[in-house]
Amino acid sequence: MNHDAYPDNYIRGILNSVKSIAMVGASPVNVRPSYFAFKYLAQRGYDMIPVNPGHVGKELLGKPFVASLRDLGRPVDMIDIFRNSSHIIPVVEEALTLYPLPKVIWMQLGARDDAAAEKAEAAGIKVVMNRCPKIEYGRLSSEISWMGVNSRTISAKRPPAPTQGMRLSLNRMSMGGGETAASDRAAKITTDKNKTEQS
Amino acid sequence: MSDRLPGFSTLAVHAGAQPDPTTGARATPIYQTTSFVFNDADHAASLFGLQSFGNIYTRIGNPTNAVLEERVAALEGGTAALAVASGHAAQVVVMQQLLQPGDEFIAARKLYGGSINQFSHSFKSFGWNVVWADPDDIASFERAVTPRTKAIFIESIANPGGSITDIEAVSTVARKAGVPLIVDNTLASPYLIRPIDHGADIVVHSLTKFLGGHGNSIGGVIVDAGTFDWSKDNRYPMLSEPRPEYHGIKLHETFGNFAFAIACRVLGLRDLGPALSPFNAFLILTGIETLPLRMQRHCDNAKAIAEFLSGHPAVSSVSYAGLSSDKYNQLARKYSPKGAGAVFTFSLKGGYDAGVSLVSNLKLFSHLANVGDTRSLVIHPASTTHSQLDDAAKVKSGAGPDVVRLSIGIEDKEDLIADLEQALSA
Repeated sequence: MNHDAYPDNYIRGILNSVKSIAMVGASPVNVRPSYFAFKYLAQRGYDMIPVNPGHVGKELLGKPFVASLRDLGRPVDMIDIFRNSSHIIPVVEEALTLYPLPKVIWMQLGARDDAAAEKAEAAGIKVVMNRCPKIEYGRLSSEISWMGVNSRTISAKRPPAPTQGMRLSLNRMSMGGGETAASDRAAKITTDKNKTEQS
Repeated sequence: MSDRLPGFSTLAVHAGAQPDPTTGARATPIYQTTSFVFNDADHAASLFGLQSFGNIYTRIGNPTNAVLEERVAALEGGTAALAVASGHAAQVVVMQQLLQPGDEFIAARKLYGGSINQFSHSFKSFGWNVVWADPDDIASFERAVTPRTKAIFIESIANPGGSITDIEAVSTVARKAGVPLIVDNTLASPYLIRPIDHGADIVVHSLTKFLGGHGNSIGGVIVDAGTFDWSKDNRYPMLSEPRPEYHGIKLHETFGNFAFAIACRVLGLRDLGPALSPFNAFLILTGIETLPLRMQRHCDNAKAIAEFLSGHPAVSSVSYAGLSSDKYNQLARKYSPKGAGAVFTFSLKGGYDAGVSLVSNLKLFSHLANVGDTRSLVIHPASTTHSQLDDAAKVKSGAGPDVVRLSIGIEDKEDLIADLEQALSA
């Protein structure tokens, strides 16, 4: 893999296939990039595990910290390393002792260790260096375009609406009082129907 | 889905835009709103803290403007862009991120007259000191470098004479000095020249000109090439140091190769305030969709008219890099092979008076202070855009008293030539 320029399909493939991510160096301090990358990925449905020996016994957004990769106690698809380049190699070596092996080792923006990457790739693990999964997810979903970022993607398809159906319209405030609006009646019918189905 | 890269014309139509998820609208909607509702308090806090992507307030970002930003970033080959109220605003916002009071930047002497004024006077009051260099003498940039130099600024095609700058040579000087190269690409547009491909770290535009292209909206844009390492030393604290206004976030560490565009947005646009109206963003976006078609026509017309003028007895010289006899023709062939732009100057044997009389005799050319319109435009720089300069500076910047500047539109070239013919012989 050319670690200077990843094809979008490589990154897209990784973000589409991994489900669980152990984040080494996750911080409970809510202004650190690791904290908000952790939060963002959790909100996008990834099964996140915070790894940081300094915070064992505490939780990050409801997920208990573990001290090291050896303490995960279950397989993970991806290890996301939030450490400086000089601290990468021990984490990769530890990751290589896991069974089953993780499918992906991802080093955060600013972090790169080509020797560590070579070791991981020799074991069949995909490697990404000097990138942020939050930024890449936001870019490939074009969400980051809101910040003027070049997503390097184009599409003529209508994306899914951000709300589910018209359910939110039931929260609308009634201006005239009374219960005359057709939407209210429709809502009542739907609610009653749901109640019947549930019971 | 393959990673095949779309071509320039496809990007000009599609980049940044997609059908509106809520309504299905295919044209980019004009989000004419000041503010955006938060999902909840946590969402609001994470947006304000730069922890989530999203909209807060149109002074900081707007969905219509964001489409424009991504489109220009894509056309220029940058990582991100920021749209602002004007080309001048773009320059202020860029320099605010790079310079502290007492710092210097080197600028090519051949620039748009408005930029010369802004750099010479307004920037001085911020303590940002311009040092001039000669774009025809690359060594003059090298000589101007000092420990306080923070950036180098050039135009790709220089106003008003249409001369071409050797971007790669200046980029080499910038790299050696460890400072970013800023290129104003207004007169070329990315259709003709993509400065990032030649070593620019930051590209700025007046969107008012060829990108918008229809003379209806003022706007500016900043493109981040994503090439500069802001943290290699402590010379760019706005990017490399913890920002107190954002709980100690370091922008380069957090945003990587688009940190400069983010700094321009969250430190520059947010605090200085030159936001672009979403309505203007919409008009400019519509203009960009036809940029490749218009720009080629502009260039083809300009070349025909430059050739006509160079054969006219009343004309003493034509300064257009697209002419094979021109001093900048070699550079034009290298940097701008599809055409040398559509803004150029020529000199009249009759001097200042002949210039004034030509401007008043033209019927199809509009006499006004703009370039890059669908309509053909004419102006006498010495008495208008460059009038604040002293006589020596006028000549140095290519705006001597006998010089007339044309911006060639996309009309039929035969009509433009006929108009010039009658005005020159009147």
